Amino acid sequence: MSWFKRIKGGITTSTKEKKETPEGLWYRCGKCKKMISTTEHAEALYVCAHCDYHERIGSREYFGILFDDEPTEINASLLAGDPLGFVDTKSYADRLVNSRKKTGLNDSIRTAYGKVDGHDLMVACMDFTFIGGSMGAVMGEKIARAIDHCIENRLPLLIISKSGGARMMEAAFSLMQMAKVSAKLTLLSDAGIPYVSLMTDPTTGGVTASFAMLGDFNIAEPGALIGFAGPRVVKETIKKDLPKGFQTSEFLLEHGFLDFIIHRKELKSRLSLLLELMKG
Amino acid sequence: MSTKNLLDFEKPLEELQEQLEKAIQIGSKGKVNTEKLIKELERKIEATKKELYANLSPWEKVQVSRHPERPYTLQYIEAITEGQFIQQFGDRQVKDDKAMVGGFGKVDGRTIMFIGQQKGVNTKMRQYRNFGMANPEGYRKALRLMKLAEKFGKPVVSLIDTPGAYPGLEAEERGQGEAIARNLFEMARLRVPVLCIIIGEGASGGALGIGIGDRILMLENTWYSVISPESCSSILWRNWDNKEKAAEALKLTARDMLRLKLIDGIIKEPAGGAHRNREKMFKVLKTEILKQLNDLTGTDPSELVRQRIGKFCSMGVYSEKE
Ligand SMILES: [Zn+2]
Repeated sequence: MSWFKRIKGGITTSTKEKKETPEGLWYRCGKCKKMISTTEHAEALYVCAHCDYHERIGSREYFGILFDDEPTEINASLLAGDPLGFVDTKSYADRLVNSRKKTGLNDSIRTAYGKVDGHDLMVACMDFTFIGGSMGAVMGEKIARAIDHCIENRLPLLIISKSGGARMMEAAFSLMQMAKVSAKLTLLSDAGIPYVSLMTDPTTGGVTASFAMLGDFNIAEPGALIGFAGPRVVKETIKKDLPKGFQTSEFLLEHGFLDFIIHRKELKSRLSLLLELMKG
Repeated sequence: MSTKNLLDFEKPLEELQEQLEKAIQIGSKGKVNTEKLIKELERKIEATKKELYANLSPWEKVQVSRHPERPYTLQYIEAITEGQFIQQFGDRQVKDDKAMVGGFGKVDGRTIMFIGQQKGVNTKMRQYRNFGMANPEGYRKALRLMKLAEKFGKPVVSLIDTPGAYPGLEAEERGQGEAIARNLFEMARLRVPVLCIIIGEGASGGALGIGIGDRILMLENTWYSVISPESCSSILWRNWDNKEKAAEALKLTARDMLRLKLIDGIIKEPAGGAHRNREKMFKVLKTEILKQLNDLTGTDPSELVRQRIGKFCSMGVYSEKE
């Protein structure tokens, strides 16, 4: 189990917040509801030992799983603006402040580069805990700048999607991020640099309808919800129950929209093989 | 002009129109000369229309954009090309999508590839056109036609009018997300001029899926945003009653979108909206299309693509803390 040794260092440094929680903590699986000690769960890369459910994790965990050492984060200090002065039941400005405080993150994506089994890689990874991983101008700009960096330094790109889609509080600005990132990806493509899109639970809406589906390699974790319209909306549209497994990774693979499904335990080794294949 | 299909905020017009119809009726019998009265009423109606339409709220504009008598894509194309238009069907993979139309047409001696969502003009046709909600096949048909235009060096004009991409079961099976994504990618680097015009509703990814171009214009009484006001209300306020507030908050009108630099221009509609004077609207749109294409023609394709990508990359507001 060489993958385990490699990521172990990553895990202990990457889950600082778990140490602050009470001793003897247990994780309750979101799917099978069985209990596992949090330490064991972390060692299993947050995949349930009983039912294989891939728990939703964030950029910190993915960086820990993937990179050989602490990666170099770029553009960490980009902050969302509030160009529309958006207010619904709460103001967007307040939501941002609260989300930053609650998550310790600046927005719903982080971009960092480093080595993966010795291969250079840029990773843009979403954090669902920050307003549902929603796509606003910061997400668009961070990915755009990451692509610039990839082109300048000839680094392959991995985007790990985990998002409910558009950030409504940025309205049309949010919509245009789909165009922005897709347009930027044409430049990466022209430069002949590989782009891997990893879809994790959930990947829906504008993220699916833009860069998540544009990978040279479209891959996904098992059992992830992936779709354009959310299942609730589809159900309301067709006024019927949805077939079992609708809009899961396995469903997308079957319909020809994924290259393969990857278990989190094999993510790093398969990715590094892929990067190796792109080199030779 | 008929009194049916008047929107709520148009009520002041209703009474004037009834008076006008009465005056015309009486006048036609020839006993009383109502000529002066008719002129006066017509003047009043015009003035009222102008006043009403000069101060529409965002929600009222959304209603105008959905007016059932508004011209739709094919009507514009037929009028602008004066019938010199050949519609093409099918995505060459699955089927023909009736919610998306397109084909080459000639305007003042110039060949243009037109694409756009198509809404139906009556109950039966609305269903046939799936209310202007395209399936993946529609986006793939549009892309096929745009690539054809590129091959022959013809400009693309995209007429956008959709309440959204269709959120159906088969749409998901056949990759609605992938179809839209592919269009964004390919339109960004299409090596011919692309002009996109919102002629009605510009709802979210369904609109953007044929909305990447060198110039993005909106008709005066249309809307363009990431979500409809109704859906926004139901998600953020958790009920359907805040659509007016949502329309306000989303800044979805042409004026807002221009102010935010997310579009390049507004095309004025005749007083009282596009549906009240279609002929004039067709003429205005034709003039605008020719003007824009003249501006874009002659630019080196690589430069055109570079500027197009740059334009979308500049969209977004953020700050950088120290
Ligand atoms: Zn489990």
